[in-house]
Amino acid sequence: MTSTEKTDVVVVGSGFGGAIAAYHLAAGGARVVVLERGPWLRAEDFDHDFKLGSSYTRIFDFTVGDGMSVLAGNCVGGGSVVYFATMPRAPRFVFERHGGIGRRMWPASISRETLDPWYDVVSAALPVTPQTWDDVPYAGGLFAAACRHAGRSANPVPSAIDKQLCTNCNWMMAGCRFDAKRSLLLNYLPAAVENGAEIRPLREVQRLTRTAEGNYQVHYNRVDDTDYRLQHESAVIEAKIVVLAAGAGATPVILQRSEAELGTMPHAVGRYFSGNGERLNTAVINENRAREVLGLDRGDGHAYGAHQIGKGPCVATWDHLDESLPEYSRYSLEQLYFPPGLGTILAQAPGAAAPAWFGREKKEMLRDWQSWLTVFAMTEDDNEGVFGPPPATGNAERVTQQMLGRGTLGYDPTANTLRGWAESDAEVRDILERDGIAKVRPWSNELVGAYTVHPLSSCRIGDDPATSALDDRHELRGHPGIFVTDGSAVPGALTVNPALTIAALAERAIPALVQAAQERGVAVTYEASSPVSGTAHQVAVPTGR
Amino acid sequence: MTQIATLEAFADTIIPGCKRTSDDRAIAGVSEDGGAVAAGALAVLADPALGLTDALEGMAGLLNMHAGAYGRKRGLTLDGTVPALVALSFDDRTALVQELTGPAHSEREVWFGAALFCTMAFDSAPHLPTATALAEHHPGLELIGFRAPDADGLWRFADFSYRRRLADPHPQTTETGSPT
Repeated sequence: MTSTEKTDVVVVGSGFGGAIAAYHLAAGGARVVVLERGPWLRAEDFDHDFKLGSSYTRIFDFTVGDGMSVLAGNCVGGGSVVYFATMPRAPRFVFERHGGIGRRMWPASISRETLDPWYDVVSAALPVTPQTWDDVPYAGGLFAAACRHAGRSANPVPSAIDKQLCTNCNWMMAGCRFDAKRSLLLNYLPAAVENGAEIRPLREVQRLTRTAEGNYQVHYNRVDDTDYRLQHESAVIEAKIVVLAAGAGATPVILQRSEAELGTMPHAVGRYFSGNGERLNTAVINENRAREVLGLDRGDGHAYGAHQIGKGPCVATWDHLDESLPEYSRYSLEQLYFPPGLGTILAQAPGAAAPAWFGREKKEMLRDWQSWLTVFAMTEDDNEGVFGPPPATGNAERVTQQMLGRGTLGYDPTANTLRGWAESDAEVRDILERDGIAKVRPWSNELVGAYTVHPLSSCRIGDDPATSALDDRHELRGHPGIFVTDGSAVPGALTVNPALTIAALAERAIPALVQAAQERGVAVTYEASSPVSGTAHQVAVPTGR
Repeated sequence: MTQIATLEAFADTIIPGCKRTSDDRAIAGVSEDGGAVAAGALAVLADPALGLTDALEGMAGLLNMHAGAYGRKRGLTLDGTVPALVALSFDDRTALVQELTGPAHSEREVWFGAALFCTMAFDSAPHLPTATALAEHHPGLELIGFRAPDADGLWRFADFSYRRRLADPHPQTTETGSPT
């Protein structure tokens, strides 16, 4: 009989929720093992290449569901490696939202004021910095000029990008070759390793069981490094604390699969999923009108024609982030870039009779690809996503070797969500079709349903046990010692890019997590340190439980 | 040959191209330059990295079954010397693909997936290193105007910004650049 491997803390997933927990627990003296489903790549491994099998297909997943498809990171560093590093804080009203439950969704202990110090901690660690107009690529500039022309405001958005190193190559979804994107590979994760944490890539956690002593056994498989459909040997590791941070598309699935042995899960596990209310429109810019109406000129004969150039979303308009507007009518609009392939398939040719997403007119639309401007709406959806029974392994039946899978998430948008999308679509048209600047059409929701790059809320915090899976310290109700610190803990749509909020919530969760570890016999302290400087921050930590 | 011609006809429906020869039947020829077939759609569908190679014969068979049923329903007389999908006109192929990918069709995920790979073949050439595809004048990357990399195969854009204030920021922006 072989003995089971033991450690103090197992962290499942290495995105914001996992990396921040791993760093602080390791820095505080705990033995930490991080299990990450995807591969571990570094700057030199990040290809500028669409070829199947390059980093572009190795490090993120496109999971098709019933009414909602999810794009998410699948690598050490998680979403931070594949995302666009746009890092605004969530507006104040978001924390007061009621959604569909008739009461405040967020725990009473969290507001913008109480989260701001944690936003500061993460912003210093990554770091997050403001952008100036000199940093804004042509696409963002064009969107800003169109907003001004339409009487709207527009802001360069703070980002976690080192502008000195950035080449504006727009290959961010394949990982940053230049280490300009301040992903977790450059701060929390190396600091966690330096403090003794062990990161194991290509290890997919399937389920948890509990021992007679109240510890948890984490059951995982090794995933093939090329064909992710293949699972190799299984293993078990035992820990006193488990931190689940596999992402909002995967964390609830692990808990669903564990329910038979762990016992009943809170009702909200695998429910209340939010796609952050996301919606995309593609505008095809009329180059002449961009010059004549907006006065734009690149100085090389082009007014715009620069869809390929840049660093993801850099400019947003926040005029509808107005707390006096009714819920579901508040949203931000952001200029965005999506590469060809996944970024073109759902775009519909403006004005085309059906079909608009393939065929003759779609090809004509592609001829103008460099004049496309993609506009991203982040609205308030209704947390209507529900996960079905878990697949045999992982969170999806994988269709292709990498990237594409079929998951169990069902999402049937309510009238509230549909209204938000319709209002934001109308706003995009009003801004960009004014005076013939562009022709605009939303992406199709007919083919794979809605889509999100910011999955949230499938295992959320809250004060009401009936509608939240976690208490306000991120501990799973009824299952002491299991914490969830990823995007699934966020109660609802944020109307802005959520990464900074996910990270701030994870930082905020650490003191209680450390306390829980101490109570379970782990020799660990909370150092309140920064992964970059090693110095302590000054946030007042709430005491008591 | 049936399998190849059928899948070519499907790919040509997604992103249409010009005929390769005057007697080309698989490509309907409704566009004046290369489409998904010329871009390598069949190579993408058969790429071992997708792992669909073994399914392609069945997919071609299903497409022809659906094309035959489509023709019978509309009283069309299809040329029996070519696969049924190839025998359909471009507009009929288009209508059939709309049916197959419509919300009511039980196989819609299969055909949307196939359409996705044909689109990817055209505008991102995932069966080739991107720099190589550009150097070889890949028809889709060339049509979308995808710019070429530097000599080391990496993309950099030294000129990327209008470098001027193009809008007024929201009046309630915080010091950190976020909404309040």
